[in-house]
Amino acid sequence: MRKYSESIMKVVFLIAACVSIIAVILICVFLFASGVPAIKEIGISDFLLGNSWKPNQELYGIFPMIIGSIYVTAGSIIIGVPIGLLCAVFMARYCPKGLYRILKPAVDLLAGIPSIVYGFFGLMVIVPMVQGSLGGSGKCLLTASILLGIMILPTIISVSESNIRAVPEYYYEGSLALGATKERSVFRAVLPAAKMGILAGVILGIGRAIGETMAVVMVCGNQAIMPEGITSGVRTLTANIVLEMGYASGLHREALIATAVVLFVFILIINLSFTALKRRAD
Amino acid sequence: MKRRKRGSWEQFWLTYKHRPGSLIMRILVVISAILTAGILFSLILYILVNGVVHLKPELFAWEFNTDNMSMMPAIISTVYITALSLLMAVPIGIFSAIYLVEYAKRGSKLVKIIRTTTETLQGIPSIVYGLFGYILFVITLGWSYSLLAGAVTLAIMILPLIIRTTEEALISVPDAYREGSFGLGAGKLRTVFKIILPCAVPGILAGVILAIGRIVGESAALIFTAGTVAQVPGSLFDSARTLSVHMYALLSEGLYTNEAYATAVVLLVLVILINAVSGFIAKKLATR
Repeated sequence: MRKYSESIMKVVFLIAACVSIIAVILICVFLFASGVPAIKEIGISDFLLGNSWKPNQELYGIFPMIIGSIYVTAGSIIIGVPIGLLCAVFMARYCPKGLYRILKPAVDLLAGIPSIVYGFFGLMVIVPMVQGSLGGSGKCLLTASILLGIMILPTIISVSESNIRAVPEYYYEGSLALGATKERSVFRAVLPAAKMGILAGVILGIGRAIGETMAVVMVCGNQAIMPEGITSGVRTLTANIVLEMGYASGLHREALIATAVVLFVFILIINLSFTALKRRAD
Repeated sequence: MKRRKRGSWEQFWLTYKHRPGSLIMRILVVISAILTAGILFSLILYILVNGVVHLKPELFAWEFNTDNMSMMPAIISTVYITALSLLMAVPIGIFSAIYLVEYAKRGSKLVKIIRTTTETLQGIPSIVYGLFGYILFVITLGWSYSLLAGAVTLAIMILPLIIRTTEEALISVPDAYREGSFGLGAGKLRTVFKIILPCAVPGILAGVILAIGRIVGESAALIFTAGTVAQVPGSLFDSARTLSVHMYALLSEGLYTNEAYATAVVLLVLVILINAVSGFIAKKLATR
């Protein structure tokens, strides 16, 4: 009897472990099966490189949205990475113990705040600020970048911090012993050693930023046009889906699912490079 | 006391007098930390200050109508969806972590594939989960916008989180426990359920609480799976909106900013509580 239950439970555990494999396969199959026919019908170059998205005229070009997603993500990286990295340096190397006990939970909380709340905050605080200083509607590339930059901070900080801490202490001490200042030691000896891990964190942040939906939709303006400057409104791939999925039907709906397929492929590429980098970092 | 303080300033000056680069970096580091903490505290303060005044009793009325815009049905739906998703994801997650840590050979092909797939699942944006749930559960399986469709979608979404935290908790149980149990003649199954799992409970719990936080904050994955109907769902196949979706609906209608503030306060307080509990458990774990 005991032998019996042992082997039955082993199979149960194995099946449970395979659920995540099944889930990934299901997601791939259903997304691609529903999205790829639409891409074929529209034409792959018209879809990916088409400049106008006008569903009522049967024009489904998502190039402006691809560019929008890339710009917004790049902007968030430019804003979020320096602040996040320096904050991680502070937490790993400068922070007194008492302060750390406040700062660490604060960073964790920053990761836990719902994106809809971030979006609301962005709409109520950052949009008027940008509007006041740069004019226009305030819902633009810059606003979305600032908000996403804030949202990826916890990712960048926690990954960078753990990688900085993982660098052997003698790198730092050796540099100090050679007469370098604390800052020089941290930035010239410790950070280069943690480079790969930090880069992996940045890639993780890129994944977060490109996939973020609810916060971006509130502050990016959502015009499906090529952005012309940082105060121009943009629409990201994610925003495109969430804005129109509610009422779309037929080819329009399939085109939106195809948009998700493009996003999914982006994410897969980002994930692969993250895994590869993490392997090299370890 | 005073003299020593001046002494340390002097030393500071001596260190950085001829090293402006280092001084600048040091200042930037401190500014970044202040900025990060400042953003968080200003966000919390802003939402609380503007939101608390709008927390009126009619916002918590049992029945939703367009006069009171009550968030009570949304709160109940949030509890339902959270419970349902956990019911599905937690057993599967724990079992699969048990397989990975206790049964599988380290570095076997299957383990590598499972690792890769959980990492992939973790990186997929919630809107993609939402569309997937919409295509599979809502359309193909014909569940329409329903509590169940939303809960299954979220269960898949939090699965990698449960697996990872459980794995870490299991690995941290010392091997001596296993050897001791085997030495006393217990089988593998008995060892796992009677010895290892009880030791790993706090770690698993911390993960589950983090998962609750993810569910409570999720909106993009739910709009096209659980729908946006503001009622207390009567069955698994009724549409329901959680608090986050409720807030999105309020904002997209554009007329209910005050109610959105109030909802944000409730959400924020919930998230802070969840984080505090999870942090508390993790700290207990660290001191043990």
